[in-house]
Amino acid sequence: MSLLQVQELTKRFGGLTAVNRVSFDVEKGEILAVIGPNGAGKSTLFKLITSFLPPSAGRVLFQGEEISGMRPHRVAQRGVVRTFQETTIFREMTALQNVVVAHHLRRRASNLGIFLNSRTARADEAAFRKSAAEILDYLGLGAVKEVEARNLPHGYLRALGIAIAMAAEPRILLLDEPFAGMNPDETERAVEMVRGIRERGVTVLLVEHDMSAVMRISDRIVVLNFGTRIAEGTPAEIQRDEAVIEAYLGREDDEVEAA
Amino acid sequence: MRQALPVSEASLPQLGLTLPRMVALALLALVYLVAIPLYFAQSNYILGVITNASILSFISLGVWVTFAIGRINISQGAFALIGGYTAAILGTRYDVSFWLCLPLAGVVAAAIGTVIGAAILRLRGVYFAMITLSLTEAVRLAFLNGGAFTQGASGIVNIPRPDALSVFGVTIIPAFQGANPMPFYYLAAAVLILGLLAVWRLTTSRLGWVFRSMRQNEELAASIGINVARYRVIAYGFSCAFGGMGGAFIAAFHQNIYPASYSVTDSVYFMLYCFLGGLDFVFGPVVGAFLLVISFELLHDLQQYQALIYGVLMISCILWLPNGILSLSRRRAGPAEENEEPAVAPAAEKMERTP
Repeated sequence: MSLLQVQELTKRFGGLTAVNRVSFDVEKGEILAVIGPNGAGKSTLFKLITSFLPPSAGRVLFQGEEISGMRPHRVAQRGVVRTFQETTIFREMTALQNVVVAHHLRRRASNLGIFLNSRTARADEAAFRKSAAEILDYLGLGAVKEVEARNLPHGYLRALGIAIAMAAEPRILLLDEPFAGMNPDETERAVEMVRGIRERGVTVLLVEHDMSAVMRISDRIVVLNFGTRIAEGTPAEIQRDEAVIEAYLGREDDEVEAA
Repeated sequence: MRQALPVSEASLPQLGLTLPRMVALALLALVYLVAIPLYFAQSNYILGVITNASILSFISLGVWVTFAIGRINISQGAFALIGGYTAAILGTRYDVSFWLCLPLAGVVAAAIGTVIGAAILRLRGVYFAMITLSLTEAVRLAFLNGGAFTQGASGIVNIPRPDALSVFGVTIIPAFQGANPMPFYYLAAAVLILGLLAVWRLTTSRLGWVFRSMRQNEELAASIGINVARYRVIAYGFSCAFGGMGGAFIAAFHQNIYPASYSVTDSVYFMLYCFLGGLDFVFGPVVGAFLLVISFELLHDLQQYQALIYGVLMISCILWLPNGILSLSRRRAGPAEENEEPAVAPAAEKMERTP
């Protein structure tokens, strides 16, 4: 059975169908990218899979269990963890505190125990601190642990977002445009980072605009256009696919019209 | 420089317990618990004012907790009424000891707060503020129209003073007698100090960090598995318990309670105390409440303009001191903080340049 199954997923906003009967499976251990031109419904699909939006029809199964319609924290509890675009971090905490607080799901102490500073609560905090430091070191943020997140240089924010998500021990990590706005150097490092995450046994599903990065990193690619799936395959297959080329470059008549 | 610190030590500044601060706290406690009661032992009036300030601080401390999750709470007057009436009804009709009424008032207020909170805490910003403001008015009207149960506008009077507290026949606290304000003074002080300790524990523990994460970004908090709805209700219930216990104390202190004891204005004041003192500091509501309560007793002649002056104060505070009076101490410590920042920023830039 596939790790994550997207079945006939549909989302309508009033008269607009943003995502229309999209289906695909994500296999354990792979890196799968969802790409598509602007307005193809990528972001909506992303929110549907992580249950930040309820679907109009269809469903999402994780390890055979339906997760669509669950509240987001329940989805995270099952190991489906998402990142956000760029500036979504806890701005008024240091990088370390950001990641420590993100260990929430691993806590063993009860709320009362935490309030009373029980031995378990203290042990939890010590363990989280250690683990957070490791995650930050691993993602190249070791030197900025004590910097308040809002003062971090731009290039670090996305890595911090991924560090926060990694602290929640995902089985599948969903990355929302992880390479957007990056220069080639930064993209190269981010690609390595994502590969490293997969090496750690985490399946990766990413939604992305940057074609070249996606072609290098993905095992398989799903292409969306106008809310429907128009292609699915390996990067090599996608690059040759007529429908994809047309969606990205437009037909010749379109260009004439536009000009 | 900061980066050289070992990880465990780096978290300590969050607790804020440096040596000078501990000395200052000890001095403050000495003045509060020894000097004032001794010096003003003959002045029932002044002791009464400070008792009042203490308990209003305690009630505002609850509002501060809802600020911690990023909600502007103008319902604290409602829960002071609920707690006050709980204690008044239990005390006058069922002869329940004050010492049981006080925690029960907190429990009842928290229980009602939890039910209402579960429904309204989904709202944010000005929408939440407005619905809590209406809640204060709704609860006042409910008590006004409560028939024989609440005795309408005539309220509940002749609430007994706290009786003796004894455990297994050993009297721990003797009954409060006549017009002596000293027992109330110390009881208010004890309640305030315990309340401060509780809130301090709350904010420094992981719960405090969870609250902060929700205030800074609820969606991100949910994405890492935090049950945002549940923790919002926990914070609000905690807040309401403070309102309820404070209301019960004041009911016993004044020996009466009326629907008009707490109105929308009071709810706004409880919030204003937090604003004025500073939302980043557990001590904020205490500073705000003491300052305003005491200064208005000193400016007795101006009381008819109280609402006007509070209004002007609130606007000035938002304009010039958005982080409250206590943020002035941070501003003074400013240069030291500025020294730290360049130490960090170049290091970060260096990191960025190295591939």
